[in-house]
Amino acid sequence: MSAQSADTFAVGAEKDTWTGRIRRRGLEELPPDRLLPDRQPAYVASWIYVFGALSIGAFAVVLLSGGVLAVEGPSWWHKSNAGLFVNSLHMWSTEFFFMFMVVHLWAKFFMAAWRGKRKATWITGVLAFALSIAAAFTGYLSQQNFDSEWIGTQAKDGINSTGAGAFWNVLNFGQMLMWHIVLLPLVVAALIGLHVLLVRRRGVVPPFAPTDRQLAKAGLSLTGAVTAPPAASGTAAQIPAGLSTQIPAGLSDEALAALIELPAQGPPAQEPPPPSLPGPADAAAPHEPAAEGPAGQDPMWQLPKDES
Amino acid sequence: MGHMGMSGGTNTLAALVHLGGTGKYISWGVIQISLANLIIIAVMIVLFAAAIILPFPKHEARKK
Repeated sequence: MSAQSADTFAVGAEKDTWTGRIRRRGLEELPPDRLLPDRQPAYVASWIYVFGALSIGAFAVVLLSGGVLAVEGPSWWHKSNAGLFVNSLHMWSTEFFFMFMVVHLWAKFFMAAWRGKRKATWITGVLAFALSIAAAFTGYLSQQNFDSEWIGTQAKDGINSTGAGAFWNVLNFGQMLMWHIVLLPLVVAALIGLHVLLVRRRGVVPPFAPTDRQLAKAGLSLTGAVTAPPAASGTAAQIPAGLSTQIPAGLSDEALAALIELPAQGPPAQEPPPPSLPGPADAAAPHEPAAEGPAGQDPMWQLPKDES
Repeated sequence: MGHMGMSGGTNTLAALVHLGGTGKYISWGVIQISLANLIIIAVMIVLFAAAIILPFPKHEARKK
């Protein structure tokens, strides 16, 4: 590389360019360890948290099988055994996509997953679900059989009654096919991508703080002086700030987890630090995330502010 | 046609499920739902309950 071209790069690097701004903003919002984390908070160790990933897996099969159908065409998917198989794969992966998405929706609804600045995550999920319904509907219209004709003629009056029929004609096969294989998949994929990025940015919503009854069931109480819990083997724990807690000795990890967050299934710290317990002065800032979690735990996994 | 190449097992399954037949509907007052949709909803509810109740497998902590 000549000295002149090196100088050119050096001068360009000093300028405030839009590419540089995007890069800095991207690294600030989504640093690599947050974008692709290798640790998860302890509370996601439940089957109810797998349905988002299952939905994405099913969506990938939908896209792949749909791509094969687009290459081969209607004669192939109606008449050949391989075509019938891929056609069925496309339909059943869609069924599973919706089934997983609905269970994911139920779980996140009952978790109030929009808490802690996660409203955009919730909204992108709702939009992805709604547009997936439109994508599935246009898929029914694109089957190229009597079923699709029947659905189109039955649906046209309903669509026309909304006024959308003026520009979105369910009897126009070419238009419905383009919506099904180009526009809607692109928008749904973009929304799912944005949804996942937002989950990475804000973290998975933590469970609700335990109630007095749940604490009592676990042998804990929220009254009295703060006493340090025993240092469990391989466990580094931190009481969320503001929780004045009296913890009896000899708690199991499960009982401790009812009150506090444990690090994910990663390696324990060499020397687990003693739990950081808040003093009375901390009581004014309930659920404030710690500046640095235990055992190198990312602050994003701490209990966030409840802004709902 | 595609169904001409079906195996014996597939024919048996098709005879049990009657995929080509008229859909069965369940009516309860103003509510009307196909049996297939009702089964799908029931499966989702079972899936939801099982995901909450069933224990998640624990892994040993990774060693450095």
